[in-house]
Amino acid sequence: MKILIIEDEKELSANISASLMKEHFVIETANNFHSASEKIEVYDYDCILLDIMLPDGNGLELLELLKKTKKAGNVIIISAKDSLDDKLKGLELGADDYLTKPFHIAELNARIKAVIRRNKMDGQDTIELANVVLDLKNRTFLVNNELIPLNRKEFDILNYFLFNKNRLVTKTALAEHVWGDNIDEADSFDFIYYQIKNLRKKLNTAGADIEIEAIYGIGYKLIEK
Amino acid sequence: MKLLNKSLVYLSVILFLIIGIWSVAFYFSMLREIKESIDEGLENYKRQIVLSAQKDTSILSKNNFNEGFFAIQEIAHERAILIKDVYIDTMMYMQDADDVELELEPVRLLKTAFENNGKYYELRIINSMVEEDDLIKELFHEVVGLYLLLIAVIIFLNNFVLKRLWKPFYSFLSQLKNYRIGSNKKFPEVKTQTKEFTDLQKAVTILLQHNVEMYEQQKQFIGNVSHELQTPLAIILNKMELLIEKGNLHLEDAENIAGIMNITERLIRLNKSLLLLTKIENKQFLDNQDISFNNIVQQTVNDLEEITAFKNIKVSIIETAELTVKMDNSLANIVVLNLFRNAIFHNTENGIVTIEISENIFKIKNTGIKAPINEQKIFSRFYKTESNANGTGLGLAIVKAVCGLYGFEILYHFENGLHCFELHIK
Repeated sequence: MKILIIEDEKELSANISASLMKEHFVIETANNFHSASEKIEVYDYDCILLDIMLPDGNGLELLELLKKTKKAGNVIIISAKDSLDDKLKGLELGADDYLTKPFHIAELNARIKAVIRRNKMDGQDTIELANVVLDLKNRTFLVNNELIPLNRKEFDILNYFLFNKNRLVTKTALAEHVWGDNIDEADSFDFIYYQIKNLRKKLNTAGADIEIEAIYGIGYKLIEK
Repeated sequence: MKLLNKSLVYLSVILFLIIGIWSVAFYFSMLREIKESIDEGLENYKRQIVLSAQKDTSILSKNNFNEGFFAIQEIAHERAILIKDVYIDTMMYMQDADDVELELEPVRLLKTAFENNGKYYELRIINSMVEEDDLIKELFHEVVGLYLLLIAVIIFLNNFVLKRLWKPFYSFLSQLKNYRIGSNKKFPEVKTQTKEFTDLQKAVTILLQHNVEMYEQQKQFIGNVSHELQTPLAIILNKMELLIEKGNLHLEDAENIAGIMNITERLIRLNKSLLLLTKIENKQFLDNQDISFNNIVQQTVNDLEEITAFKNIKVSIIETAELTVKMDNSLANIVVLNLFRNAIFHNTENGIVTIEISENIFKIKNTGIKAPINEQKIFSRFYKTESNANGTGLGLAIVKAVCGLYGFEILYHFENGLHCFELHIK
């Protein structure tokens, strides 16, 4: 999978690259309008991360270029701007998603995977790992082909972990993803621990060969047993 | 004291002095004129009497004023030489029409001497003088009348004529009183050509323009700062995440990094909240639609049900009406969420949250600390109680800002051990 990161802040671009390389993506970067427009003209990418505030031009113009060449369907706009207008404009111009800085690495990962899946939809939309299958279209969970019931939030949590398998998912990232932006003022994240505990129980009972590990008390990682 | 009346006071005092001094001068001047006139008359009489005496000596025997207004007395030659014409003010018994008996009246007397046929005579002629005290009384009355008339005219001038001249000023003043920086009202203006007022308008306009610019800049400033902070915060956060993910860390180092991440996340939340607050205050949310508070409440409670379950908090919703409001959807969500979130996070374990929705009021009550929170401060920025030291302190400030935008009222009170927040929709 080839990913293009169009971002003028070098540090940020480096962080994102480092993270995405762990997913075995092939990464290319562009840090200004000019080099970005060259790249998108010549190459195709499975996903493009686009910062609309570029020093030498407006990223939305790049989006228009992509739309003209019918390549806009896999663009995730990353921006410090949080205004509804920008979001709407970006999505109108055909971007697939809009992510506001600062974002968690796990969140970016999940969004990229979602976008790629949406574009590669060939009727099926499942994540498979070891002996579990998560059907994103039907929202079902199977362990050894047995249907294991999950409530809505448990499904979302598992989905998130599977998109981020072997990656660190911080408690904050998980809370924000599943319960929305505004959960983050929790005085403690004990309740996240409680949710994970329940999920683990279910996985164990079902005999799943995947495990949710705790990482230094700050987050979790889903691994194959 | 009003300017018009102040000038009136000064004028009254000055007029009083001027008229006072003038009337004294006038009195003496009049008196002198009268005396001069009488003296001329007396002089004339003297000539007539002397001529008459030459023709008719009988008048030489009129020694007192019994029959007329003169008295002649024969005197020695030596004495006659010493007499010079002299005019005296004196009193004499007289009886005029309205007197019952003889009264002393003021007269002007000419004492002179003449010679007739080798004999010398002293001649005294009198003329009725104006009664000085009558004159003074009369003059005093007239002067007071004049003074009062002048004051009356000035008051009239002040109230009608001058008031009209000052009207543009008062109109300008009232516009200034009602002007609010940031309200985008037109600058106050005067509808007149009077130079002082147009100068005033120019000066005020310049001053207000300057202030409005500064105000706008300040408004933008917080938004700009928050905005600029996003990227550096993102970099810190992501680097920390990658660092921890690397693994191979001593537990202590990992905990330190985790601590840094926590603080960074707190900064990020604070930044986002500040940005939101600025946008609300800058009126950047204007997509008003018909919003059902009931729906939003249901949705929010559902979204957070794991947390309420975890803290074993019982949430009850009492709906007596459908509360529909015309406002921006995201703002409505923020208001409900912030209030509900507070109700949960400032709650005790096994506590309760009660939500009441009626036609114009949205109420949310929760158990929590056993004492009321400071009503004055609770909606101010960054005010935090011990139960949520980790929060941004902006949740309620944001709710208040949204209410300010739409003219709603948000109230807090502590009743029956419950912290009650009421949102009144107008």
